[in-house]
Amino acid sequence: MTTALSGTDRIIAALDTVRDPELDEPITSLGFVTSCTVSGDGAATVRLRLPTYFCAPNFAYLMVADAYDAVSALDGVRTTEIVLEDHFAAAAINDGVAAQAGFVRSFRGEAVVELDQLRRDFLRKAVLASTNVVCQPLLTAGVTPAALNDMTLGEVAASPALQRLRRRRADLGLDIGDDAPLLIDPTTGGRVAVADVALHLRKARTTKVGIDANTSICQGMLQHRYPDSIDGRLAARAATVTNRDDTEEAR
Amino acid sequence: MYEKDGEKYFVVDSHMHYWNAAPDNWVPGAEQYAKGWIECFHAYQGLGPAETHWPLDKFQKYSEEDLMRDVFDDGHVDVAIFQPTYLTEWYKEGFNTTERNAALGEGHPGRFIANTRWDPRDGDAGLDTLRRNVERYGSVGCKLYTAEWRDGSRGWTLRDPAAYRYFEACQELGIRNIHVHKGPTIWPLDKDAFDVSDVDHAATDFPALNFIVEHVGLPRIEDFCFMATQEPNVYAGLAVVIGGLMHARPRFFAKVMGELLFWVGEDKMIFGSDYAIWEPKWQVEGFVDWDYPPSEEYADYPRVTAATKKKILGLNAARLYNIDVPAELRLAPAEGVPAAREDAQLVDQA
Repeated sequence: MTTALSGTDRIIAALDTVRDPELDEPITSLGFVTSCTVSGDGAATVRLRLPTYFCAPNFAYLMVADAYDAVSALDGVRTTEIVLEDHFAAAAINDGVAAQAGFVRSFRGEAVVELDQLRRDFLRKAVLASTNVVCQPLLTAGVTPAALNDMTLGEVAASPALQRLRRRRADLGLDIGDDAPLLIDPTTGGRVAVADVALHLRKARTTKVGIDANTSICQGMLQHRYPDSIDGRLAARAATVTNRDDTEEAR
Repeated sequence: MYEKDGEKYFVVDSHMHYWNAAPDNWVPGAEQYAKGWIECFHAYQGLGPAETHWPLDKFQKYSEEDLMRDVFDDGHVDVAIFQPTYLTEWYKEGFNTTERNAALGEGHPGRFIANTRWDPRDGDAGLDTLRRNVERYGSVGCKLYTAEWRDGSRGWTLRDPAAYRYFEACQELGIRNIHVHKGPTIWPLDKDAFDVSDVDHAATDFPALNFIVEHVGLPRIEDFCFMATQEPNVYAGLAVVIGGLMHARPRFFAKVMGELLFWVGEDKMIFGSDYAIWEPKWQVEGFVDWDYPPSEEYADYPRVTAATKKKILGLNAARLYNIDVPAELRLAPAEGVPAAREDAQLVDQA
């Protein structure tokens, strides 16, 4: 992080690394961050909002906890307060994250294990969806599924989509070297069998369509719930997803 | 019945409600949940055309006259299926109960099918209630809402042994159609509450029952598709898909429809307006007019014909619910058999 950025910009940049696990987009570009401030003596406060009062509490917890981790890791930040607002479980989530209690202790009696497995399940979906975004233009250009299955990551032209695919694979501990296969089973990390390639690509495409549909519904709900815009810099971040033209699908 | 360009469509609204979510029905101490729930529904309505939006106070509690006009007089619906949702921890008399729905339906013979519901946490008493509801209201379908809160529990799954007792009772009682609606919570809370794998298990173990997954498993469309393609008795309930996407995000709507037609097939997709979230009129008219946008992106999705739309808008549900369809509104034999189970084997061709 460069010291040229102001305190607030550094917080926003840290929050850019926090994603909604289901939608695989940063909470800043989804419009979930409504304000962030840092005082002269290093007290950071971030306010978050979600599309509905009943958004799933486990995903909400992950976003609040990840925001806490990202902001509190910054140099010069002495205390961190993440405030989820207008949510049925806001008190349990905010208090639990502030106390670094973990999900199970934050929802005592209602949860059995921490959310690592849930997070991994959704990273696998993100890998599949990213695979679709990387492969669809190649398929359209006439590359066969069998040829895709023989390609390595290093043989694909650099693009934001490829970068995202690599990052999601890295998050799962999967191979991201230039020699690694482009297509892998995100559960095992192994190669996709020749006989399964068409189905693999079909599932990747369906996964991408599902995430896009969810994102568009969540964005519509958020706009209905909060018709007033948020502050300038955060609003500019949020516009990257809310104003996204679905004819382009942010490839 | 809706007629357009010489084609006649028999319309079954397989998923609609007659709710009371006004403050007079809020449970003291749980007002924030009752308010949060209906405001969330109201936000969904915001995804439809602006001229169909209601003010919140009307949305909380609408009249029988509103419903009859919106669904039947203006909405082109021939038969509507009530899907109850209880939420009695938040709403004193329930959000929309079997009783409330049936009381309205009794004044309009032939117009409504009153589904009932059950919750495995109700034990033996719930089984007795289920029997009574079947006797009294002739229910042949059930709506299951797995995220219902009850005595500190945040939900259940179809895989629970207690649920299997109810599925067995459904078979004995002549209930054929199980509408599954997932919500944001479950026990334990660390699990994905929207996971549809429990439907897979139940559908395999109860092949005589039909499982209609409402809003096609949204937000787990892909998991629903991969599961439904392997289960001949799993159907796609289109509530929320048409209402939430067709107007607001037409290109994503086209892709979701393309995926569903590919994986699930036109014989197993069933229209539901989710009234009063959305009025059926614009959904029926818009869907009859709908086709994929002219782009290569949609070129390999299954094509959509008037017969496809007739099945989805009414004939598939009519088959599941044994609704008598006037002869002139049926399909010609060459156009396929609505609600045919054999279509669910596309995975081999993928």
